[in-house]
Amino acid sequence: MNYNWNWKIFFEPNPMGTGTYLDMLLSGLWLTIKTALLAWIIALIFGSIVGVMRTLPSKAAYWFGFCWVEFFRNMPLLVQLFLWFFVLPELLPKAAGLWLKQLPNAPFWTAAIGVGLFMSARVAVQLQAGIGSLPRGQKMAATALGLTTVQGYRYVLLPMAFRIILPPLTSEFLNTIKNTAVAITIGLIELTGQARSMQEFSFQVFEAFTAATILYLLVNAVVVTAMRFLERWVAIPGYITGR
Amino acid sequence: MLDNFDFDVIRRSLPYLFYEGMTFTLTLTALAALGGLIFGTAIALMRLSGYKLLGRIAGLYVDFMRSLPLVLVIFWFYFLVPYIGQWLTGSPRPIKVGAFASSLITFIMFEAAYFSEIMRAGIQSISRGQPAAANALGLTYAQTMRYVVLPQAFRNMLPVLLTQTIVLFQDTSLVYVLSIPDFLGAASKVAQRDGRLVEMYLFAAVVYFTISCIASFGVRRLQSRIAIIR
Repeated sequence: MNYNWNWKIFFEPNPMGTGTYLDMLLSGLWLTIKTALLAWIIALIFGSIVGVMRTLPSKAAYWFGFCWVEFFRNMPLLVQLFLWFFVLPELLPKAAGLWLKQLPNAPFWTAAIGVGLFMSARVAVQLQAGIGSLPRGQKMAATALGLTTVQGYRYVLLPMAFRIILPPLTSEFLNTIKNTAVAITIGLIELTGQARSMQEFSFQVFEAFTAATILYLLVNAVVVTAMRFLERWVAIPGYITGR
Repeated sequence: MLDNFDFDVIRRSLPYLFYEGMTFTLTLTALAALGGLIFGTAIALMRLSGYKLLGRIAGLYVDFMRSLPLVLVIFWFYFLVPYIGQWLTGSPRPIKVGAFASSLITFIMFEAAYFSEIMRAGIQSISRGQPAAANALGLTYAQTMRYVVLPQAFRNMLPVLLTQTIVLFQDTSLVYVLSIPDFLGAASKVAQRDGRLVEMYLFAAVVYFTISCIASFGVRRLQSRIAIIR
């Protein structure tokens, strides 16, 4: 392979004047983490609401949840980001559209909201399955004790369901982190984006991508380890995973 | 708002969008699904082979691929494949690899990790008695897999495999980062040439949505039809 390896490239100053190439990648990593965390919060909030709606007896709520999930699941994430980034400002009234376009950090907010809503459909499906996996008696017992529907969900169903679906939620969180890389297409210079610009500036393709790969693997390992502790901590006694 | 919505730009670019763009997307999806399935089954067999080292390697490959974003993997292979080609053919400089070949290799390697997990679950869902019975009948390992285990595993997992293929169909839009004219790439080329972002992106969204919706509806029907009553 006649490729000029140069692993010292990371400690050379980058042409942006923001320190070394390594600093560039680390700032990309930080942006990836920030975007993924915000997206995950959005996904959890909307996913929980929609997931609960899909289990309610009300037909209208069920259909709203169904449409929400189908809408966000049947379009590529890339297309969804384009819709939020390029199409939405044009469809809004002039003033609002202009405000959106001039928003500082527009790619960041678009990516976080776009990825968040995309993932919310997946969280909703998981939560619905989690609630569905509970024995029927739990809901009935809650009703028999005089709890309202809201109280039943708040104190009985959701605390159980969330603990049951924690393992699949972990992999959805990992997916959220990976999916932020798609936002490179709307100009978010996160980790993959920084690796790409490092490659363009320095021509050291494989060093740049190797570093990005290692950083992604590290983030993955940290999340998996942290979630394993969390899983053990919240495990339901009496279930296979419980103490 | 929609006052100056230009439907004509969509009509004018339909042949380009579908003959070039959608053909690329669908061919890539079909070949990558097929390649990913074959390669993925091989990985699953490696993991279940009982040889520790072989299983370890396959497991590492799957975990590695599954923890990287697809966009990064696309870039990796785009730059790496010419060098691998050079190494394989022994040519003096990195060989030229076309856009299609490069993205096909990427998607086969990437999807194989996901398909292998599905096939592994499928193989593990077959009861132990079956390979034992095949063994007792005097079938070799290869024959057991070929005639007994894999056909059933494949059938049990067909809905999941097809669902994964729908995900793959949506994921192929990411070749956009290499400026390859797949369906979305073609739509975006027209959009930028004619300054009609709203029309083209909305149209692309509707097309992806319709195809995925119909396909997942079909998978759901299939699932209820082929379900084995136990």
